[in-house]
Parts: sequence; C-alpha cells; structure tokens
Amino acid sequence: MKTEINNINVLIIIPCFNEEASIYKLLLEIKGVKIPNVILHALPVNDCSTDKTTNEIERATSVYLDLTVNLGIGGAVQSGYHFAQLHQYDIAVQLDGDGQHPVSELSKLLTPLIQNECDVVIGSRFIHKEGFQSSSLRRFGINYFKRLNQFLLGIKITDSTSGYRAINTKALKLVCDYYPDEYPEPEAIILFHMNGLKIREVPVEMKERQGGVSSISSFRSLYYMIKVTLGILFIYFRIKFYGKRSTL
Amino acid sequence: MENVVPYKIQILSIIGALAFMFFIFRLIAKGKLREEYSIIWIICTVVLLVFSFWRNGLDILAKLLGVYYAPALVFLAAIFAIIIFLVHLSVVNSKQHEQIKKLTQEMAILKSKVLGDEKKDNV
Repeated sequence: MKTEINNINVLIIIPCFNEEASIYKLLLEIKGVKIPNVILHALPVNDCSTDKTTNEIERATSVYLDLTVNLGIGGAVQSGYHFAQLHQYDIAVQLDGDGQHPVSELSKLLTPLIQNECDVVIGSRFIHKEGFQSSSLRRFGINYFKRLNQFLLGIKITDSTSGYRAINTKALKLVCDYYPDEYPEPEAIILFHMNGLKIREVPVEMKERQGGVSSISSFRSLYYMIKVTLGILFIYFRIKFYGKRSTL
Repeated sequence: MENVVPYKIQILSIIGALAFMFFIFRLIAKGKLREEYSIIWIICTVVLLVFSFWRNGLDILAKLLGVYYAPALVFLAAIFAIIIFLVHLSVVNSKQHEQIKKLTQEMAILKSKVLGDEKKDNV
C-alpha cells in the first residue's frame, strides 16, 4: 500500500449502517481532500445495512469491507483497524458515515499525530462550542462522562462520545487487541490513557446528521448511560488489576 | 423420621433419573451435546440416582448441615446448581460472541482482498 517513503498513509474508517443518503457524497468529498505528504484512503465498513448503502459505496469506491454479521459500531470500526494494521497504515481515522464529521477538518486531526505530539486525537465540538451542539440530553450525558473521566483518569476530555478521532500505530495495536462492541468511544479513552498513550482534543465544528438515524436515540439514552458507565468501570478495573484483557 | 419416603416415590424417582440419564446419553451419542457440557449433566443424574436409592440420605445430609426442613436443601442445591450453570453458559456465550466477531472481521478483510484481486485480473 505504501507508494513513497516520506508520505504518510492514512486510512479513514467509515462505519456505515444504513447511510445510503450520505455515504456516496461523503466518499467523493474524501477523494477531493488533498493534504501535502499525506495519502488518504477511505475504507467504508458496511455493517449489514438493509438499505442501498452497499450500492452507494460501490458507486464511489472498490475498496470497502462488508460484514456478514452485524457487529455494531465497535466491531465494524475494529475490522477497519485490523485492515489498517494489516496494510501498515501510519494513521487510522474514524469518521462517521452520516456526514456529521466534517472532512474539511481532517488535517486538524492529523497534524498532531504527524508531528508526533500525541498518539490519539479526538475531534471535540465542545472546545470552541461551534457548530451543531446536539440535544440537551446528549450534552448532559457528555458532561457526565467528562466528570467520570476526570475522576478516574484525572484528564479532561470535553467530548468523550465523539467518534471523530485519529490514532497512530501504537494506539492501533491496542484497539486491534480489544475494542468494545457497543458505544466504544468513551471506553476507548480509558483504554488509551491507562496504557500510557497521549490523548489530545482538537476543536472541530460538527454538522447535524445528513441522514440516517443516530445509534443513540433518546429512548435508549438511559441504557446507553448505564452500559457505558459499566463499560468504563469494567475496563478501568480490568486494566488496573489484570493489566490487560485476557484473550477470551 | 426414618422411612418417610414411601416406595412409590422412590421407584418413580429412580425411573425419572434413569430416563434423564438415557436422554443425556442419547444426545451425546447423536452428537447434539458436546462432551464438555455433558459432564455436568452426567454428574446431575448420578446425584439424582444416588438419592433415589439412598432414601435416608437427604435427611442425614440435612441434619448434618443444620437444615430443619430437608426438602429445602434440595431446592437450595438445585437453585445453586442452576445459577452456576447459567453463569457458565453466559461465559460460553461471551466467548462465542468474540469468536464470531473475529471470524466476521477476518472474512470481511478477505472478501475485500478477493474482490480487489479479481478486479486486478480483469484489467
């Protein structure tokens, strides 16, 4: 996959579940992005969509992953991470398929990694409070996770549910080993930090979703909070007492 | 307290235990039950059989453990065994979940590779 030695290979993993409305446009948009010394490849991961997502993806690119069994967002993203590791990409980016994450802000996420300043970069919509700020319920949840992270890790992450993030090869090795299935983002922060990786947040302006349905509807938000809290606590104690997750 | 268990129920319980054992063995023989899961069921049937033949066993055991009402011991033991087995099943389930995930991911990556190779051949 490597073409030139000095160039940095970046894989953009796009988990898709019923994103027929937005995925084609998004893939074209990524093709149009030019960042000096960076080679971008998009990798849509179709997680058993029931609509025309597959056709829309094929219209734009021939490189994609098609999951036979629905794995949920975590499993879908992780298969992208495996792909990145297999093909020796330098940086893996996660970007949602619904068009919420602006492709134009990509270089902001990549720069700290390219300059070796940290291992994980998270795009946060709450640093400058610009763009789409999401519902008050969701904001409450994000605030809650911010406090929980601060309590457990002593670091401040303003947008721990943000799925717009870039990781380097060190972090890639970790997430290939273990990545949560459902709502993986807040848990992954614990995983990164407790394994000694440096996390940085950069401000990004997010848009309202272009299509599809969020994996977090208000009906399930309580379940979400409980599940993620448990996940965070479990992974915290697991790493604290067992060092690493024993392979099942 | 001796001989509170009438013969009728003893014969019934022996028949029941034997039928259960036969059922388990048939499942194993047909390959519908893996040996590792069958062990616990075989132990269960053996315990059932022992207590069907040894009629005072339950009372003796209950007295030994300080349980006043002997049948309560049966329920306690049974519920305990069921819970343990359910946890075991959850563990097995989680393991399989992880295995299916790995298989799906590997397959997706292989599929994309095969598709890519086919396209290269056609050019």
